[in-house]
Amino acid sequence: MEDFVIEFMFFLEVLFSGLLTGTLYSLVALGFVLIFKASGVFNFAQGAMMLFAALSLVGFQEMLGVHWTVAFLLTVVVMILLAWCVEKFVLGKLVNQEPIILFMATIGITFFLDGFGQTLWGSDIKPLDIGLPTGSLDFGGIFVDQLELVAGATAGGLVLGLAIFFNKTKIGRALRAVADDHQAAMSVGISLRNIWIIVWSVAGLVGLVAGIMWGSKLGVQFSLSLLALKALPVLMLGGFTSIPGAIIGGLIIGAGEKLAEIYLGPFVGGAIENWFAYMLAMVFLLFRPQGLFGEKIIERV
Amino acid sequence: MFYREAGQFKSSYKEDQAVFPILQDRIGIAILLLVAFIGIPLFAGDYFVGAIMTPFLILALAAVGLNILTGYAGQISLGTGAFMAVGAFSAYKLATFSIALGGAEATLPLILTILLAGVVAALVGVMFGIPSLRIKGFYLAVATLAAQFFIEWLLVKVGWFTNYSPSGVITAPPLVVLGYEFHTPAEKYLFTLTFVVVMAMAAKNLVRSHIGRGWMAIRDMDIAAEIIGFRPLQTKLTAFAVSSFFCGVAGALWAFVHLGTVEPEAFGINRSFSILFMVIIGGMGSILGAFIGAAFITLLPIFLNNVPPMIGWNIGVDMVAHLEFMIFGVLIIFFLIVEPHGLARLWTIGKEKLRTWPFPY
Repeated sequence: MEDFVIEFMFFLEVLFSGLLTGTLYSLVALGFVLIFKASGVFNFAQGAMMLFAALSLVGFQEMLGVHWTVAFLLTVVVMILLAWCVEKFVLGKLVNQEPIILFMATIGITFFLDGFGQTLWGSDIKPLDIGLPTGSLDFGGIFVDQLELVAGATAGGLVLGLAIFFNKTKIGRALRAVADDHQAAMSVGISLRNIWIIVWSVAGLVGLVAGIMWGSKLGVQFSLSLLALKALPVLMLGGFTSIPGAIIGGLIIGAGEKLAEIYLGPFVGGAIENWFAYMLAMVFLLFRPQGLFGEKIIERV
Repeated sequence: MFYREAGQFKSSYKEDQAVFPILQDRIGIAILLLVAFIGIPLFAGDYFVGAIMTPFLILALAAVGLNILTGYAGQISLGTGAFMAVGAFSAYKLATFSIALGGAEATLPLILTILLAGVVAALVGVMFGIPSLRIKGFYLAVATLAAQFFIEWLLVKVGWFTNYSPSGVITAPPLVVLGYEFHTPAEKYLFTLTFVVVMAMAAKNLVRSHIGRGWMAIRDMDIAAEIIGFRPLQTKLTAFAVSSFFCGVAGALWAFVHLGTVEPEAFGINRSFSILFMVIIGGMGSILGAFIGAAFITLLPIFLNNVPPMIGWNIGVDMVAHLEFMIFGVLIIFFLIVEPHGLARLWTIGKEKLRTWPFPY
C-alpha cells in the first residue's frame, strides 16, 4: 500500500510537470493559431519571433540598464514595428498567393530574424531574469516547479485576455470577420492590411510572453527558435484555428510526452520525447483529421 | 532570332511528344551534358568537383524526389531527410550483409545495392504515406515530421542498423563497379552524374505518363480526380513510393559517394527543410526546378561565405554566419515576391521571350 501511494504521488508529479510544460508549448502554439485564423498563413516564423523578442528584451535590459518593465515596453514597440515591416515588405506583396508560398515566405522571415537578432544582440546564451520565482513548491509530497506554475497561469490569463479581445472589442470582431471571409470583410470596409498588422503584433506579443517564459527556463539562446517545431504537434491536436485547442493540445502533448518518457521510455531505450508527440498527433489525426477543435473540413467539387 | 521553332515540322506523334521537341533545346541539352560529363571533370579542380558539384547533384536528386511528391502529387512532406537516411543505412546493411555472407568476392554489385536501398526507402515511404489518405495539407506536413524524428531516433538507438558501431557512424565500402574502383573526386562525380542524369530523365518521363497525370489530378483536387477514375490510394502511395525511392538513392549516394562515413544526424530535420526549400524556390512541379533550386540553396551559402574575405572585409566567423542567415532569408523572400512559382518559371518566361526576340509583335 505504502509503495502504491509513493508510486501514485510520483505519477502525479510527472503528470503535473508534463501539463505545465504543455502550457509552455501552448504559448508558442497560440501565436501560430492567431495568425492562421486571421490570415490563413502558416507562420513558421513564430519560433524566431519568440527568440527575437526574448533577445531584444535581454538586449535592452543590458544595453540601457533599465528595469525590465521598460525593456518590455520597448520590445513591444519593436514587435509592432516588426509586424508592420512583415506586412509592408512580405505579406503585402504576396497577396492571393497559395498557402505554401506564404509558408515559404515565413521561413524566409525565420532565417532573417534568426540572423538579424543574433547580429544585433550577439549569440551567447543569456540569462533572462525578470524576477520570476524559481525552485519547487511542495504540495503535500508533490513537487511543482514554480516557474512552470507562473507560466501556466500566464497562459491562462493570456487566453482569457485574447478571448475578451476577440469577443468584446471592435478590432476583435473585425479580426473574426476577416478570419471567416476575407472578401466579405473587405466589402464591409475592414482594412485587411491593418488587421494583418494587428494580428502579427498580437502574435509578436504572445511570442514575447512565451519568450520570457522559455528564456527564464532555458536561457535565451538560438534553440528557442526550434521550439516552433515542438508547437506543431500541439497545433495538429488542437486544430489550426482554435485558441482553446492550442491550450488543450499543449496539455495533452506535454503530459503524454512526459508520461511516455518515464513509463514507456525505459523499454525502448529512452529519448522518445523527440518523436512521441508527433506520433501521438499523427495517430490522433487518423481519427479526426481536423484536430480536436478545428473547423470541419468540408470539400466541394 | 536563334531560338525559334519555325520550320521544324513533326510528322509523327512520337516526334511531337518528345521531351525536347525543339531542335535548339536538344542542342542545348547536349552541350550541357558534354560540359557536365567531359568539361567539368577535365578542367575543374578537385575541390570544385568533390565538394560542390557532387553534393549539388545528390541533393538535386533528392529534390527531384520531393518534387514528385510535393510539386506533382501535392503532398507536403518534411520527412525527406529520414527517407534519405533509410536509403543510406539500408545500402550499408545490404553491402555489409553480402560481404558477411560470401566474403569480399561475392558482394552485391554496387549499383544493385544502391537501387535496392532505394526500394527499401520506397517501402518505408509507402508506410508513412498511408496517413495521407486521411490527413491533408499542412496537417500532413506535421505527420511526416513523425517519420523524420522516429526514423532518426530508430537509427541512433538500434545498433543493428550500424552493425553495432559504438559511435553510431557507418563507413561505406569502396566504390567498385565491375572490378573498377572509383576513388578520385572526378570519378566519383562521374558516377553520381550518371545516376542523376538517368534518374532525372526517368522522372521527367514518368510525370508525363498516365501515372504522372494522376498525381497532378490528385494535387489539383483529389475528389475530382477520384470522380474521373484515379484511385486515390494507389495514386498517392505510388507518389510516396517513387519519391522515397529517389530520396533513398540520393541518401545512399550521399553516404557512399559523397561522405564515405555518415551518422544519422547527417539526415536531420535541417536536411528535410533545405530540400523543401530547393523545391519551392526552384519551382514546384518542375524537374528542372529541382536542379535550379538545389543550385541556389547549395551554392548560395558557399558564395556568401567567400564574399567578405574576397573583398577584404574581415569580420568574425559567427558574424558571417549570422549575415548569411539574414541574406539567405531576404533572398528567399525576394525570389518569392518576384516569381512565386519558382525560378524554373523565370526560365520558361525567358524562353518564351527569346522565341519572339527581337520583334515581339
